[in-house]
Amino acid sequence: MRPDTPDDNQIEQARTMTLEAYADTIVPGEKRWPGDRAIAGAAPGGGAVAAGSIELLRWPATGMTEGLDGLADLVNGHAEEYAAELGLELDASVPPFVALPFEHRTALVQRLTAPGHPEKEFWVLLALFSNMAFDSAAHLHTTEAIESGHPGLTAMGFARPDPDGRWRFPASSYRRPLARLHPDTIASGSLG
Amino acid sequence: MTLNGKATEQTDVLVIGSGFGGAIAAYHLAAGGARVVVLERGPWLEGKDFDHDYLLGSSYTRVFDFVAGKGMSVLGGNCVGGGSVVYFAALPRAPRFVFERRGSIGRRMWPAGIDRDALDPWYDRVAEAIPARPQTWDDVSYPGGLWAAACDNAGHTANPVPVGVDNDLCVNCNWMAAGCHFDAKRSLLFSYLPAAVAHGATIRPLHEVQYLSRTDDGGYRVHYNVIDGEDYRVHAGSGTIDAKVVVVAAGAGATPVILQRSEPHLGAMPHAVGRYFSGNGERLNTAVMNEDRVREVLGLDRGDGRAYEAFQIGKGPTVACWDYLDGARPEYTRFSLEQLYFPPGLGTILAQVPGAADPTWFGVEKKKMLERWRSWLIIFQMIEDDNEGVFGPPPPTGNSVRISQQMLGHGTLSYDPTPNTLRGWELADAACKEILEKDGLAEVAPWTNDPVGAYTVHPLASCRIGDDPGTSALDDRHELRGHPGIFVTDGSAVPCSLTVNPAMTISALAERAMPGIVDAVRRRGVEVSYGAPAPDGSISGRRGTEKLVPTLVRASGHAR
Repeated sequence: MRPDTPDDNQIEQARTMTLEAYADTIVPGEKRWPGDRAIAGAAPGGGAVAAGSIELLRWPATGMTEGLDGLADLVNGHAEEYAAELGLELDASVPPFVALPFEHRTALVQRLTAPGHPEKEFWVLLALFSNMAFDSAAHLHTTEAIESGHPGLTAMGFARPDPDGRWRFPASSYRRPLARLHPDTIASGSLG
Repeated sequence: MTLNGKATEQTDVLVIGSGFGGAIAAYHLAAGGARVVVLERGPWLEGKDFDHDYLLGSSYTRVFDFVAGKGMSVLGGNCVGGGSVVYFAALPRAPRFVFERRGSIGRRMWPAGIDRDALDPWYDRVAEAIPARPQTWDDVSYPGGLWAAACDNAGHTANPVPVGVDNDLCVNCNWMAAGCHFDAKRSLLFSYLPAAVAHGATIRPLHEVQYLSRTDDGGYRVHYNVIDGEDYRVHAGSGTIDAKVVVVAAGAGATPVILQRSEPHLGAMPHAVGRYFSGNGERLNTAVMNEDRVREVLGLDRGDGRAYEAFQIGKGPTVACWDYLDGARPEYTRFSLEQLYFPPGLGTILAQVPGAADPTWFGVEKKKMLERWRSWLIIFQMIEDDNEGVFGPPPPTGNSVRISQQMLGHGTLSYDPTPNTLRGWELADAACKEILEKDGLAEVAPWTNDPVGAYTVHPLASCRIGDDPGTSALDDRHELRGHPGIFVTDGSAVPCSLTVNPAMTISALAERAMPGIVDAVRRRGVEVSYGAPAPDGSISGRRGTEKLVPTLVRASGHAR
C-alpha cells in the first residue's frame, strides 16, 4: 500500500464533488456554505446530498461503491463534451460537471438517462440511489433518521413512529360509504 | 450415489419456491402422504423479524426483489412465503371476460376446461384457506375512501377490495412490503406452509435452484446453490436432491430461467418457456390532491381539521374502480383502477410531476412534488397487455446478476410494449385524469417508463397453460410439455394479464392442479392420496370441488 499523496486526495475530493453535483441535480438543495460549488443552490432546504446520498453510495451494500470513481470520471468527460458542443466556458478549478450551471447539469443528466443512451442504466442507478437517500434514508435506521431531522423524510412529512419504533394509525378511515358498488358485485367482494 | 460416494438425498416431490404455487403444492402433497422438500432461495422470516425500516439490510430489502430487465422490471418476494409475505393481500377474482381472451394468438388463450364458472369452486377453496374476506367501508383507508369519493363524484362506482388481512390486528402502518410485523396480513406463513410442515414437509431457506437434470430411474436431480443470509451475491455451497416429481414455482420471473438453464440437461423446452410473459398490464399514476377541493367538492374530513393528507396511512390498496371491466368492451380496452400505496425507496423516483416541462421525474419541480407527499394518491392500473415479454439466455446463477447485496439485480427479460398495450395504458391514464382532475380535485401524471421501462409487481404467463402446444408450455394439468413429472404452479402458468390482482387466480389454478399432480406422484409408486381439507381443517371448500376432482386426474393408460 502506498500512502495517499496530496494528489490522490485532490482526485478523491473532485470525485466526491462530482457525485454530489449529480445527486444535487436529482434532488436539489441549498448550498451548505457560501462558496459551495458542488451544490448549485437551486432549491431551498436540504436535497439529496444533505440527505446522505454520498454516504449511501459509498456503502458497499448498494453494489455501487466499486464503480463510483469510474462514474465520476465518466460524467466529467461527458460534461466536457457537452460544454464543447454548446461552446460553454468551464471553470477549470472544479471538475467539469461541477463547473456546469444547474440548468446544464440538468440537461446533461436528461441526456444520460434518456432511452437509447448506451450508459443509461448506470446513470439511472446513480439517480435511483441519490433519490433513495432523500425519500427513504436507506443508509440509516428510519427511526433515527426521523429523530435527527433527516431532510428528505422531514420534507415529505413522513409520520413519526410510536415510542417503540413502530408506526400505527389508529384513525385510518372516513368510516362511511363513499361510492355506489359495481352492480355485478357478489358476496365475496369480487365481480360475479 | 455421487462421485465422492456420498448418497444423494432422495425425496418424492421437490418443490421449487414457497410462494402461492409452491406452498399449496407442498401442503397437499405432504398431507396426502408424500415426502416433500421445498427449496426457497430467500430467507425464512416471521412477524418479529419484519422491520419498520428502510435501512438496506432490514427486512424490506431481505424479502423483496427488484430485477431490472430491458423494458420491464419485476418486483417480487424473495423469502419463505414468497409474494404472500410482501404483497398487499388484495384477493379479487378475475372477471369473467378474462378467461375468453384471445390475445395475440388468434384463439382462446385459456385451456378449454377453464372459465370463471369452472374456477369458482377453486377460488372458494383458496378464500377459505387464506382466508380472503370482503371489506366494509369501515375497513377502507383514507386513500381508499378518497378514491371512492372521487370515483363517485365522476359518476363511477367503486368497490372495497377483498383482502387477506385480519382487520382486528391491522394497525394501518403501510409497511406491508417489508412483511407484516403484527401478523395481520394472512400470508402463507399462517396457512399452507405451517400445515405442510405439520404433515412432514421440509422447507429449506436460502437454497436457490439453478437447474434440473435427469436421473436413471426417470426422476429428476435438482441442483441448487446455498445463498449467504446477508449478501445474496455470495454463495455458501451447493448440492443436489433427487425427486420423482418436481413442482416448479419460483415465480414468473424465475421459473422460466430455471427451465432454460435445464435445457442442456433435459432436452428441448417447449417454445413457450420464457415467452408470452405478461406484466399484468401494470402502470401507476400519481395524483397530487388539492386539499381544499377535497374538502369542498367531496366533503371529506378526517375529524381533526384535515381533509386528507393521509397517503402514508393504510394497507396497500383498499378500493378499486371496476367500471371498465366490462366484457362488452373490446379486448385491450378493459382495465381496473385501484388505489395503492407504494412505499418510498422505490416508490417516488418514477413519479412524474403533473404538467411539468422536462425533466418530469427529477429536479426542482419534482422536489416540490415530494414536499406534498402526504397529499399523494397513487392509482394502480391493470390493463390487458399483449404477453410481449421474452427472456434472454439465463444469467450464470439465479434469475439475475445481483447488483446490491440484496434486492437489486439485472435480469434478462425484454419487454417491448405493442400498440395494444400502449393504447390500454393511454385509455387508463385518461380515465384516471378524468376522475381525479374533475372539479380541480387533483393534478395527475403517470409514472415515467423512460428510465427503466415498464414494471410489474405481478409477473405472469412466462410458462403458461393452454391447449395449443405452440403457444403454451404446460398442458391444462400444468405438466411441462415433453417433460413428464415436471409441473409448474406459480404465476408463470397464468395465460395472460387478469386486469385485477392475480394472487387469488394463481392460487385457484394451483389448487385445481393438485389432483393431477398427486396422481402423477402416485403413479410413480408413492403412496399418496388427494383430498386434504383447508389448512385449518375447514371442509366446505373441499366439498365444493369434490365432484371436479375425477376430471383433473389423467385417465389410466392415457398417453401424452
